[in-house]
This record gives sequence, structure tokens and C-alpha cells, in this order.
Amino acid sequence: MFLTFLQSAIRFSAVFLFGSVGETLTEKSGNLNLGIPGIMCMGASGAIVGASTYVAAVGGVGGITAWGATLVTIIFALLFSLLGGLIYCVLTATLRCNQNVSGLALTTFGVGVLSFFGGSADTTGFTVISGFFRQSFPIGDNPNWFETLFLSYGCLVYIAIIIAVIAAIVLKKTRVGLNLRAVGENPATADAAGISVTNYKYGATLIGSMIAGLGGLFYIMDQTGGVVEYTIDTYGWMAVALVIFTVWRPNWAILGSILFSILYLLPNYVSVSFAEREVIKMIPYLVTIVVLVITSIVSRRESQPPAALGLSYFREER
Amino acid sequence: MTNIKTDREPLFRIVKRDNIARGKAWGIRIGAVVIAILIGAVVSAILGGGSAFGTFFSGLFEGVFGTPRRILNLFQNTAILLCIALAVAPAFKMRFWNIGAEGQVLMGCLGSVVVIQYLGGQIDNFWLIIVMFLASVAFSVVWAVIPAIFKAKWRTNETLFTLMMNYVAMQLVAICIFAWVPSGSGVLGTLADGRFPLIGGQRYILNIILVAVAAVALFLYFRFSKHGYEISVVGESENTAKYVGINVKKVIIRTMVLSGVLCGLAGLLLVGGTNYSVAVDSVDNRGFTAILVAWLGKFSPPAMAFTSWLYVFIDQGAKNVATLMGMGEAFPDIITGIFFFFVIGCEFFINYKVKFRPRKKKAENPVEEVAS
Amino acid sequence: MAKPVAVQMKGISKFFGEVVANKDVDLTVYEGEILSLLGENGSGKTTLMNMLSGIYFPDEGEVVIEGEPVVIRSPRDAYRYKIGMVHQHFKLVDVFTALDNILLGEEMPRYSVKERAAELKEEAAEPRYVVDNDDAEAPVKTVRATDTKAGRAKLALRTAVLPVVKLFKKAQFNWLPRKRGQKAREIAAKYGFDIDLNKKIYDMSVSEKQTVEIIKVLYRGADILILDEPTAVLTPQETEKLFDVLRNMREDGKSIIIITHKLNEVMEISDRVAVLRKGEFIGAVNTSETSIPQLTEMMVGRKTDLNIHRGDPVGCEERLTVEGLSFTDHEGVQKLKDVSFTARSGEILGIAGIAGSGQRELLETIAGLLRPSKGTIVYHDPATGKDENLVKKSPAKIRELGVRLSFVPEDRLGMGLVGSMDIIDNMMLRSYKRGIPVKIDKKHTVNVPLILDRKRPRQLAERIIQELEVVTPSTHTPVRRLSGGNIQKVLVGREIAAAPTVFMAAYPVRGLDINSSYTIYNLLNEQKEKGVAVIYVGEDLDVLIELCDRIMVICAGKVTGIVDGRTTDKETIGLMMTDSLSSENSEEVAND
Repeated sequence: MFLTFLQSAIRFSAVFLFGSVGETLTEKSGNLNLGIPGIMCMGASGAIVGASTYVAAVGGVGGITAWGATLVTIIFALLFSLLGGLIYCVLTATLRCNQNVSGLALTTFGVGVLSFFGGSADTTGFTVISGFFRQSFPIGDNPNWFETLFLSYGCLVYIAIIIAVIAAIVLKKTRVGLNLRAVGENPATADAAGISVTNYKYGATLIGSMIAGLGGLFYIMDQTGGVVEYTIDTYGWMAVALVIFTVWRPNWAILGSILFSILYLLPNYVSVSFAEREVIKMIPYLVTIVVLVITSIVSRRESQPPAALGLSYFREER
Repeated sequence: MTNIKTDREPLFRIVKRDNIARGKAWGIRIGAVVIAILIGAVVSAILGGGSAFGTFFSGLFEGVFGTPRRILNLFQNTAILLCIALAVAPAFKMRFWNIGAEGQVLMGCLGSVVVIQYLGGQIDNFWLIIVMFLASVAFSVVWAVIPAIFKAKWRTNETLFTLMMNYVAMQLVAICIFAWVPSGSGVLGTLADGRFPLIGGQRYILNIILVAVAAVALFLYFRFSKHGYEISVVGESENTAKYVGINVKKVIIRTMVLSGVLCGLAGLLLVGGTNYSVAVDSVDNRGFTAILVAWLGKFSPPAMAFTSWLYVFIDQGAKNVATLMGMGEAFPDIITGIFFFFVIGCEFFINYKVKFRPRKKKAENPVEEVAS
Repeated sequence: MAKPVAVQMKGISKFFGEVVANKDVDLTVYEGEILSLLGENGSGKTTLMNMLSGIYFPDEGEVVIEGEPVVIRSPRDAYRYKIGMVHQHFKLVDVFTALDNILLGEEMPRYSVKERAAELKEEAAEPRYVVDNDDAEAPVKTVRATDTKAGRAKLALRTAVLPVVKLFKKAQFNWLPRKRGQKAREIAAKYGFDIDLNKKIYDMSVSEKQTVEIIKVLYRGADILILDEPTAVLTPQETEKLFDVLRNMREDGKSIIIITHKLNEVMEISDRVAVLRKGEFIGAVNTSETSIPQLTEMMVGRKTDLNIHRGDPVGCEERLTVEGLSFTDHEGVQKLKDVSFTARSGEILGIAGIAGSGQRELLETIAGLLRPSKGTIVYHDPATGKDENLVKKSPAKIRELGVRLSFVPEDRLGMGLVGSMDIIDNMMLRSYKRGIPVKIDKKHTVNVPLILDRKRPRQLAERIIQELEVVTPSTHTPVRRLSGGNIQKVLVGREIAAAPTVFMAAYPVRGLDINSSYTIYNLLNEQKEKGVAVIYVGEDLDVLIELCDRIMVICAGKVTGIVDGRTTDKETIGLMMTDSLSSENSEEVAND
């Protein structure tokens, strides 16, 4: 029982992990992208459009192949979320519009896109494609605890963790990461050091958006098993919360997302009243607020948000 | 960027504009709205599978003005959206990025419903509504003022704080509903008590009147009160505020209280004048939409009234278009999304000027290259 | 001058809106020299250098390096031309270590696959000579690596892996190992910097931060170093150390440009001096052939007959007594050191000093905006005869006490006025707290709080526009859109309208044309005649001497003397400004 609970929590955590790693990268460049929930929705819509287009193109369920289906779906999901990120970047980095407002508009847009395509798409064959995404390592019918906890997931869960680890390494251990952090902390300094602030903002936000978009893909194609659901924006906001909770560290986000997911799923596995369920669901947000407040009171320099978060940069500002 | 030769002046440069004629600024904004609607029409033509381009426009207007009921809905929806926009405006004017209107309004709804649940039927409806109002305001103010205190005291990031408060509010509402509805359906049915009286036999009239009053009041507050003036000064420059002896922390907290009061009013209108109930999605993202609308209206109540109206117009019209073309309920969100992108983006052309490389330089360049 | 030219700026102009920051400036920098760029505050030195370092883009003119015109679009371009700048406000990321700040933005050494391939091909085609003993006619035989099939295959393979090699090199360059920054340490050692590169910037003192900035610029391979006011934040000992380092660098063949307005330092360190005045290039001279008076004249301009009317002081009661005032800013720099003086009614007290010597802090401390660490500010109320200590009271509190203190701050739009508000609303900044007057009967009016009164501010705005000849489309024009002179008239007019007993003005004529300046001088004189104690912080010594009754000179936050405006001369003040008169000017400055 407990094992199954933990297993499903780890699986579900991938939604949060994709979202929060994507948002962390974006925020490290100084962009407070409140459009992340929308971008995750766009990733999901991409997956829906990709899968249905593919199924139509191969002439029905019979023609589906594992590689073709997964690749097309992933590519569409990436393209859609890339488009979302691009809209945000053009508005905030090039046109220097207010980040909060642009992000909120993007979320509205993304939610609309998802319900539009989700509502109109032909979902024939989705369960089959979902089967490919959920394909785990070959484990028997009676897996032991190790196999259940570590080998029983579809590819996207592992990809999420790998991306989180890579993101952590890139941020901490490479020049690209160093430069990116400088852009988010103090764009004028980065600029004076010869770093192209705009390029870094675009790069981080677009890559971050694509990572977040995979979260949407994961939810539609793995978590729900090919059934279109419209709750992704809520998970997107939780991913934003997770970024604060993990004080902008993608490697911590791996555990953080599992914790969030445990709290989110816990009500389904313990016998509590409906009201108590909702109390448990509130905990992630409360904990995030507490973390936010504590980091601002303690004001340890390393656990602060990037100093230039939410601000546009214009070099010739006087 | 990288393929431009280093030895050339950049193709264009961005220069900050010091001032722009008001007419020109509005020209740019109106242009953006027009382009947005045109693009909306194109998108709908593509998504709708080649439906006539003109259907979009006729559908848009028919959806808004087609029947008296639709016209009333237009104003009712405008009123609710405007009310929330009015609530976020003071804080934003002060550069306090409160994106928690969703939660603050929801708490207002909860306040009213709590009163109905425990006092409904026991006191006169008029007094019930008064108590509902007080409860709504109290709930919303608490929700608004908590992030403000932390911001004033420790400079806690208010954007993220208020965002989280939204979800805490939603959970609170969910908890209350489960507490009230033992069946566990999670839906609170409509309540018989605490309903606003009909005016002229119509439901939403009182909402519209109250919001109009609030809009005028806020306009007067911004324009003629000391507080409104202090909000502007703090928003424009904290240094100036300190120079003239304004207590910035006090202004932040006081303004968020005001924000909370207006959110409470919006909550009351949603419960007493619209839904007669509360649900997790009672506010239906209008807390976020209102921020966009308020921002587009530059936080001036008359302009916000117009932008709210414009938003509702496009949203409601697009809904009708979607029905006509058989495109599902989500289509309006796409159209309003496009609308927002353009109207937000056009601000760039108001604040900055794009300077292209002078032509003369271009002609000189080859000569110089030969010479060197 | 036999030295080769390092960089040349020709006809450079830069405008910010209607403000001319630089006009047709020509500047030449030679290799292996220290050039001082001298000029008063606001003369466009920093703007000019910002164009060389890629922060700003010039509106007119060109930069010439090695005889070719170049375009510097960004700091990255500047680094490519080996130009690096240490800004006055350091460009460092606080949460990084010094080392990471130095490594920031470094570019990978160029590695072109195409060029490498060509090189390989050339290398392979290189003829090798084999001595063939059997062949008597041609004992030496030419053999090429590409002659054999194996050789050709080897070449093809080596060419083919080049992109991989590049990728690998890229990855290797990108990786930040734990033990990084050997080169930075070597540079630090070479020029004699003593610094722990693993320290976080936020733990560093100002001089350490400056050291990091200099190492950063050197690390990026700059041959032309620009330092903006490098000594402004340093103690004399630290300055000496810095100068030693700069001399080391000059020996190394580097060109160094120091932006400064400190004449004694100019004489001490530089080989040549270039002078800017009001954005224009005045001239360049060799330090060995010039003198402080000549430079002063170039910097501030020829003595002109200003003809400012100066009446005799009237009344002369003590109005404000400042005793032992000290102030330390949040960066730990002591900006005011034991400042004592008295401002008397009916006279103008001038404050002279190099910009940034603590003038701003002094006025803001008196106005209640900054909290001093030590000292007293006593106000003698002429109405009640009571004394009030203003220290640690907020501006609002000071007003409540009935102290009539007006203050025209240096930052007009950032502090004195709100740029986006119109003239009427800006008038209200001072008066809005009073509320609106309501008549209860014929004789009495009551001020209703909470509600704004726009009528009196409008009347005031109209009066100021009329009396001070403010050029504005209407009273509803946002003040930001007015010209500098008109903005200042609005501000000064408002402050005077508050009927002050103490009137403080910081650089009230900065950026103003002659006519507006005279309007301001006349206003100050009027105030003086009304018996107001006027404190005037100025930068133009001629004006100070013509306008003020007494002049207090401060240097690095310390009062170096108070002189009589009628008997003193520019040279004396100039020497006092650099503290060259007092014998021991090497007093330890508390830093951090």
C-alpha cells in the first residue's frame, strides 16, 4: 500500500519537476515568468495536436509505431511550448513590457489553447500512444520494492530527473550557468562583462519553456493515460511555488516535487474526511509562503530570488 | 545579431522616449486593438476550418448586442470585472504587485456565504446583506493585508506571496464547502437568503449600480484625497515620498486594506448579486484578468471601465463566434489572449523609439572599407 | 610624443533628449601613458568614456583604433578592441565570489574549424625531403604526406574530427572546475594585488571591490583601461597603493585613462591631462608642462564678470547650528566627519568642495532624510526663540515642530519633484497634508483633512509660472517634459513659497542656461534679504565667490575651512577643496 503510494507520488512528481526546473531556468535569467502554467498547457496541447495528427497521418490506430508516435508527440509539445516562451520573450525581453502582466496574459492564453485543442481533438489512439510513454523497464508482474520504486516508470519521469540534474550542474558548474545567473542578478554587470543579456534571457526562457512544456506532455500522455484533463494550470502554479520552495535549485526540486506530489496525493491514500483532504492539499502553498517569508527575514544572500527578477533591462537607462 | 559585421553600426537602436503626445499614444493603443481583432478573425478563420471571415465580425457584435439579455450580461460582467480591477488598481499604482486578487475576492465570497450559512433566515434580508458586506470586507482585508505587512516589514516578495495566498484561499473554500455539504459532492447549491433585491425586475442592476458608485468613489479618492495622492507619490518615487515626509510602510499597508475592501465588495456582488453561492472557481480567473484590464487602463477608473468593457465585449462576442462556428468554449480565451498580447506589446512603442541606422552612414561604409 | 596612438575619438557627440552630454569631442590616447580626463561634475567625462566602453552609442563621430574606424556597439565589442572600464558604481554581482566575477562573460579563445582544416592541409602538403642514396641523379626526393593513401586518409580523418575537437574544447572551456582561475591569480600577483579571490563580493570593502574590477579588466586582456573616479572611495593609503599598481601597468605598456576632478592626483599620477568642460573638449596638455592654476582655469573656464548683486547681510542671527556631525552610509563609507558650522539669517552660506565630498549627505542629514551617527543639528526658532534638535527626526516630524526648512535637492526629478505629475500636483507635495480649507463662517476657515486642496496649489503654480517666467504649455504639463531650467524654477519656486527660515539648495543651477541661473541667484538673494538663512551648495567657484557671504569648504566629508566670500579668491578655495593647505592631509579615513 505504502509502496504503491510512494510509487505514484514519484511518478506524479514529474509534472511539478518539469514545471519548476523550467521556471527556475527562466527566473535565473531575471524573467519572472507567470506564464509557466500557460506554457505547460501549451505543451499539453502540442502533445494532443501531435498525437492526433500522427494518428490521422498513419491512417488510424493500426499504423502507430512506438518511435514515430513518441517522437511526433514530443516534437509538437516542444514546438507549442516554444511558441509560448517566444511570445513571452518578445513581450518582455524585446519589447520590455511588464513581466507580471505578460505572464498572466500568457497563462490565460495557454489555458484557452489547451481547452480548445483538448475539446476539439480526435483522441483515437491516445491510449495506445500513452502506452508507449508509460513503457517502463522490463519488470515482472510481481516486482520487488526496488523495482517498484525505481524501475516502474515511463521514460518521461527519468528524463525529468536527468534534466533537473543537468540544469543544476549547468547552473553551478559551467560558464553558461555563471553568465546566466549574472544576468538574473545584475544585468548591467553582465552586460558590461560582454554578456548578451537579451540572448541569455531568450535562451533560458525558451529552453525553460520547452522543459515546462514536457510537463504538460507528461500529464496528458503518462499520468492520465491519454485522457485529456484541464487541471494543468493548477500544477503549473504549484510548480511556480516549488521554485520558491527549493530556493531556485533544480537539484532540490527533485525531492521538493516528490514532497509536493506526496502532499497532493496523500488524501487519496489515507482515509480522511473530504474537508481534511483539502486541508492537506493546502500544505504545499502554506509551506511555500513560510519559506518565502523565512528567506526574506533571514535574508541569507544565497537563498534570495535573483536580484533583478521581474525587471526589464535597458542599457541606456539613465 | 551575430551575423552582422562587427564593423557596422547596428541596424537599429532603441531609444527611450521622453514624452509622447497623448493622442499618438492612444492612436497606438487603438491600432493595437484593431490589429488584435483582425488577427483574431484570421485565427478564427483558420481554426474554424475556412469559415467566412465576416462571420467573425457579425458574430462578435451579435454576441454582445444581439438580445437585451446579452446586453445586460455585458454590463453585469463588465461590472464584476471592473470591481476587481478597481480593487487591484491602488496597489499597482503604488508599484505593489498584488496578483492575489483572485484569492482576495474568493475570501470575500466566502465571508458572505459564511454569514448566510449561520445567519440566513434569522435576520431581515437587508441587515443580512449589510452583515454579509462587513464579513466579506473583513475576510478580504485580512487576505490582502498579510502580504502587505511582510512586504513593508521585510520586503518579502509580494508577487509570489499573493500568488500563493490565492491557492490557500481556494483550499479554504473547498474545506468550508465540504464542511457544509456532508454528502461530499463538493458543490454548494444556491442559497435562498442574502440575495440582492431585483431592480426593475432585473437581477444584475444593483451590481452595476454599486460598481459604478465604487468606480466614481475610487476616481475621487485617487484624484481628490490625500491618500490617493500619497499612493501616486510612493509609486512614482520612494525617494520623493521620503523627502516630503510620507511614511512609506504605512501607505503600503493602508492601500492594501483599501484593496481588500474593494475585493470584499466584489465578493459580495458575486455571492449576493450573481451566484448566490460559492465554489472554488467562483472568481473564474477574473482576479488575474482584472490585473490585465487595470494595467491596460493605466489604473484610472474611467479608463479601466472602458478596458473592462472592451475585454468583456471581446470575450462575450468571441463566445458567440465560437458557438456559431462550432469551436468549443475555449475559443474566447485564445482571442482574448491575442488581444492582450497586442495591447501589452504596443506599450513598447509608446515608451521607446526605434532609431534606424541613418541612410547616409550606409552610403559611406563601402567607401571607408575601400580606403582602409 | 613618440609613443604610438592606442585609440582616437573623433568628433564624438552624444545627446540625451535635449541634453547635450558631449559635443564634438576629439581625444587621443597613446600607448603606455596615464591620461587624466579632467572636468567638473556633469562635464561629460563619464558619458564620453561610456561610449568607448560600449555602454552608450555615440550619436555622432567615430572611434579610431590602429588607424581604422571601429564601431563599438557593446561592452563585448570594447573588450575585443582591448578596452576595459572600471565604472564608478562597480559592476559586480554581489552573491558571486570575486573570482566568478572575474571569469564572468569571458569568451572562448577563437577556434575555427575551417582555419584549422586549412592548417592541417598545409601541414600535410608540406614537402619533406628524403635523401635517396640509390638515386645518383636526384639524391634528394620530395615526399608529401598526401602522397600515400594512408597519409590522405589520415588527413581526412583529422579534418573530420575537427568539429568534435571544437565541441570538446567548448565543453572544456565551459566547465568551471573547483580549482579555477589560475590565470586571474597570476595577474593579481604580477601587478601586486593582495586579495582573496574566493571571498564573496558582499563581504568586501570598497577598495577590495575596486581591485576585483581592475583584475577583471586585466583578465579580459584590456590594453586600454578606463577608471572612473577610482580614488573617490579610497583612503590616501589605498590611493597610493592603487597608483603604484597603475604605474606598474604603464610600465607594462598599457594605456590608462583616469576620470577625475582631483587636481593634486592629476599632477601626481598622470603623464598627460585632457580637459572637458560642459561636454566639450578644451584641450590636452603634458602634466610636466602645466600647473594646478592652469588646469583649474581650463576646467572651470576663464573668470567672467558675473555681476551678481550681493547685498550686505541683514540681521544675522544664528539660525542653524551644526555641531560635530558625522555620517556613515550603508556601504560603510564615512561621508561626513565631524562637521560643525553655523548658518545665520540674512546671509548666504556657500558650500564648496569637489563633487561627492559629502555635500549631498550634509543637506540630507539636516533635512532629516539621513540619520547621522554623531552630532547635533540645532534649529533656533525665530518665532518662539526655542531651540530644537533636529537629529534623528523624520522630515514629517521636523515639519510638525514648526521648523520652516526648505530644501532643493540635487536630484530634482528623483527626489524634489515627481516627473510624471503636473506642476499643480508637484506644488502639492509640500502642502497636501494641510487638507482643504472650508469656510464655516465669514471669518473662520477650517482645514478638512484627507481631502486635497488643488485651488491653492493651482494659484501657486500660476504665480510661479508668471513670476519666474516658467515656459510650459500649461499647468497640467508633466514636469518631466519641461526643460531643465524650468523644472528647477518650479522646484525652487515651490520651496520658496513655503516661506522658509532656512533655505538649502544643492547645485541649483546645474545644467541651467545663463538666464535661468541668474533667476535662481536673484531668488537666493531675495531670500537672504528677507532674513532667511540660505545654504547654497555650488560647483562654480566664481559664482560662489560672487554670491555668498561666507564659504565653507569641505573635502572628503571634512570641513577644511570657512572663508569670507568678499575677501577670498578662487585659488585659496581650490587648494582648500583638495585639502592642500593643511599640513597633514594623510589622516586615516575609517573605511568599512
